[in-house]
Formats: sequence, structure tokens, C-alpha cells
Amino acid sequence: MSFTAAVITFPGSNCDRDMAVAIEEISGGTVHRVWHGDADLPEGLDFIALPGGFSYGDYLRSGAMAARSPVMQAVVRAAERGVAVLGVCNGFQVLTEAGLLPGALMRNAGIRFVCRDVALKVETSQSLFTSGYDAGERIHIPVAHHDGNYYADAETLDRLEGEGRVAFRYAEPVNGSQRDIAGVLNDRGNVLGMMPHPERMIEAAQGGTDGRVLFESVVRGLVAA
Amino acid sequence: MKVRVFVSLKNGVLDPQGRAIHHALEGLGFSGVNDVRAGRMIELDVDATVTDEALDDMARKLLANMVIENYRIERVA
Repeated sequence: MSFTAAVITFPGSNCDRDMAVAIEEISGGTVHRVWHGDADLPEGLDFIALPGGFSYGDYLRSGAMAARSPVMQAVVRAAERGVAVLGVCNGFQVLTEAGLLPGALMRNAGIRFVCRDVALKVETSQSLFTSGYDAGERIHIPVAHHDGNYYADAETLDRLEGEGRVAFRYAEPVNGSQRDIAGVLNDRGNVLGMMPHPERMIEAAQGGTDGRVLFESVVRGLVAA
Repeated sequence: MKVRVFVSLKNGVLDPQGRAIHHALEGLGFSGVNDVRAGRMIELDVDATVTDEALDDMARKLLANMVIENYRIERVA
């Protein structure tokens, strides 16, 4: 079975090419580049990635405008059918704004834009996206964001933790996120949003391969399915 | 007619921007400011036929993020 993915580009996305290259190299499959104004996605998708960047200039709220764009209606329908969806950085903000993931991403508690490699703790290996890691493993992946401060009410946070839906936590202070949450899964486990950029850590020349494992996990999980 | 939609953070949600403004005010020598919360005001020019329900819908679906924000709608003559 060949792996078929789509990377969505919004006006202001800037990690879309990195994302497409990462998926293409690791899966050896086909990656369609899809524009935000498209109302339909290509047929037969296994995987959809929403890249980082500053969609629509972060107007109103980060991810707010992108979440209401025509292509996102199709992404929501695909996610409901069970297609795997990964949102990184601005993509995570878009997923929360679109209601595919709970919570919201607010301005970093320290006000400053944070751009550096951070240590993360993998919270679960029981997901499509993290099966290649060990639970509790410490990995390094870069972040680059102004609005990465994850917020949800206590009840939601308890539920996410209780259901094993926290995929990654920061292992150091980064942005003030509630309970150090860096990435969360939806209830079905086919949607992951995370602030760190795994697509920027896929080969040794980038300083490490800790992000590569995530894409390898997805490919292995979907191709075997 | 003009409609103003005031969007503010819910109580209990940390407001880093409000806190930075607070610090800046103190830096300018203003005293007696106990807390600062920053929000946004969105002004719409709408037909008189646009109902309160429709405005409410606009606020909920786009203008405010109901996870972290509240809104208040004010019709301006």
C-alpha cells in the first residue's frame, strides 16, 4: 500500500515545505500540497498535516481565520472519518480553533517569542503518532512560537490526563502551558496537535532525529493497518 | 448601525499581556493600579435587520473563543 498525505498551505504558512519534505522522505509516498481555498481534499488520503507559520497573519487570534477556511471544513470531515491529522505549531492552534482538539493556545506567559530546542517528555507510546518512542522518554525538538501557552479548564485537563491523551510535556519551562502540556490527542487518537516542530528534527544535519520517530510511527501504523 | 463587540478573557485565565501592561504602567510611575486585563473591541457596521441572535452567533462562531473568552454586545445608535 502506498502512503498518501496532504500538507495544507494557508496564506502565511511557512513550515509547509519542511513538513512535505519530511513526510515524503520518511514515507516514500505521495504528498499533495493543498491550498486553503480548496473545498475538497485529494482522494484516498491516509494523513493530513497542518504546518506551522502565521496563517492569515495571526489576525483575530492565532489559527482563528484558518480554522474557518474552506479546506478546514474538509479536514474536519476527514478527521471524523478517522483520517490521521497532525497539526504542528500554528497547525495546533488551527486544530483547537476548529474544535478538533480541546483547549486554546494563548500568548506565552513570558510574553516573548520562544525559538530554541526544548526537552520534551513523551507521555504515551500508545498512540499512532508516538508508538516509536518509549513512554517517559526524553527527546529534543525545537519550538518557535509566540502563542504556545496551552490552556484548558481543570476538568478538561484531568480528562486528557486520565485518558492518556497528553502526548508530550515540556521537560523544562517554555511558555507557561497548563501542566506543561506540549501536545494533545483527540478522544479517538487520530488527531495530534503539538507546538514543537518534529519536521525540523528528521536528519542528523538538523541536530538530531527525535522528530523523525513521530513520522516513522505514523507511516508504520497506517501502512500496517 | 454600529455594533460593538467587547471580547475579554474569562476570569481565572492568566493574561500575560495585561500583566505586561501593568508592569509598564508601574514603570511610568503610576501607582494604585491593582490589576490589568487586556481585551479587544470589534466594531461592526450592520443593517438594522441583523438580529441579536445573529450577532450572538457571530461572536460565538468567530469573534470570541469561548474556551478562554467572554463577549458583550452593545448596539450603538
